[in-house]
Amino acid sequence: MRGGWFKVYALAYLLFLYAPIILLPLFAFNDATVIAFPLSGFSTKWFAALADDPPLHLAVKNSLIIAVTTAILSTALAVFAARASTRYRFPGKAGLMGLIMLPLVLPEIIVAVSLLSVLLMIGVKLSIFTVILGHVLVCTPFCIAILSSAFQSLDRSLEEAAYDLGETSFSTFRLIILPLVMPGIISSLLISFTISLDEFIIAFFLAGTETTLPVYIFSQFRFPKAVPVIMALGTILVCLSIVLLSIAEFFRRRGLARSGAKDTGGFL
Amino acid sequence: MKSDGVLQRLGRSEAASGLAMISPTAVYAILLLAAPLALIFVYSFLTDGYLEIIRTFTFANYIEAWTNELYRVVMIRSLFVALTVTAVTVLLAFPVAYFVSFHVDPSRKSLWLFLITIPFWTSYLIRVFLWKVILGYNGVVNSGLMGLGIISEPLQWINYNVGAVVVTLAHAYAPFAILPIFVALEKIDRSLLEAGQDLGESRFMTFLRVTLPLAMPGVIASVLIVFIPTIGDFVTPQLVGGPEGRMVANLIQLQYMKLDNYPLGSAIAVSAMLIVTVVSLVFLYLNRRYLRGPGA
Repeated sequence: MRGGWFKVYALAYLLFLYAPIILLPLFAFNDATVIAFPLSGFSTKWFAALADDPPLHLAVKNSLIIAVTTAILSTALAVFAARASTRYRFPGKAGLMGLIMLPLVLPEIIVAVSLLSVLLMIGVKLSIFTVILGHVLVCTPFCIAILSSAFQSLDRSLEEAAYDLGETSFSTFRLIILPLVMPGIISSLLISFTISLDEFIIAFFLAGTETTLPVYIFSQFRFPKAVPVIMALGTILVCLSIVLLSIAEFFRRRGLARSGAKDTGGFL
Repeated sequence: MKSDGVLQRLGRSEAASGLAMISPTAVYAILLLAAPLALIFVYSFLTDGYLEIIRTFTFANYIEAWTNELYRVVMIRSLFVALTVTAVTVLLAFPVAYFVSFHVDPSRKSLWLFLITIPFWTSYLIRVFLWKVILGYNGVVNSGLMGLGIISEPLQWINYNVGAVVVTLAHAYAPFAILPIFVALEKIDRSLLEAGQDLGESRFMTFLRVTLPLAMPGVIASVLIVFIPTIGDFVTPQLVGGPEGRMVANLIQLQYMKLDNYPLGSAIAVSAMLIVTVVSLVFLYLNRRYLRGPGA
């Protein structure tokens, strides 16, 4: 066995990482209101309860609208930034890219309160639209990280060949560059959808009277009786995100393989 | 036409194309990030007039934020938690990154990285809540240990306090710590390590004198990428921290949403960012010799 003790340690670390996710379905299918061991019996009643919960359905609908819109807008903005930063040299590049990537490390609460202050000052009513504005801001850096590696490894000569053959810069982009970075774009759409669907703090501050899925979940934590239902909901959400991420990973790797770049784990 | 003229024109048009290309994203970030940040900076110097903001310049918010015992305690605790989480996360993450880079078969590295990043993307709120379940008074750890007869009373030092916050945050930021270190380790030229051992260094000394210094840029990136967002985390202290575990984000939320005191909330937010920036710069300065690149 290669690695010996390192391997044992790494596996233990993975167990630590997955501990909450492993416990989630145990409590979701447990026939008891209290979230504790020992488990009392198998039940699917918490899942059944999800179907009969109109506020939850409204929150899901809002979250889906927000996540789809955010995914499209942030990926579109990221295409511009990733293309500009990998293909051109221009004055102020480091500063502008630094600003655009800043939400990657800036605490989300700072993004949330500063946006809230501006929106209230100019008199915009809080709604799912304002949540989208915030989500696009925090998702774009992740999309740029994914797309930059796709753009970075493009062969310039393909583009020049297209120009020589009489294509305009727009048709070159559409016919040559876009198909080559398509796996990156799909991966970016899926990742930003997943981040937006899961994002809580910005939605908490900017949704006003609307609720999103995480805001709904957070509000339910106050009621111990509601918690098993949330465990059932969480089980569904975790399965959904694992499926989405696996698809995103498939496309990201296909993009890397297509361009021959080195894998660095995606978002950094 | 002279060749340098052509080059100049090309350079100009390249700059223009680049700026045009980045402009949608840049304008978005300037309007919705830079301008709002500037606004809370301005707010932090204005006077709170209960439900409105009076445009009188004052330092009162900063004096309040820095001298009021309540706020100072929370600020110091946030800094302490963020530093502890950073140290724990990076130390625990390093061997994992080392294992994946040096001991995992190249064809399976992507799978390991994927497995490490999955928990990061899934239901942050529910994961944090589950740590409350795991570490709580009647939680998994306590009921497990009691079931095994190791303890007779539930352990209380693991629930609703700073320790629980540290464990939960160290879990949440694990991939952020592993990936930069992994990337740095991957860049190391393996022949350098062989050279170290050929010259008579032990494995451990080779690690200390070759691998670790070369991995430092990754370690430094990990430290910053964990430390900066952690200090502003809201959900974890709110859910698992209890009254003794509140952090600066909870304070900001209280000022903004409950007390409607935007100027004081802004002053606390700006102060927290200032502390983060100063600590990060000091850390970068102390480690400057590792960041000069190979050969330095």
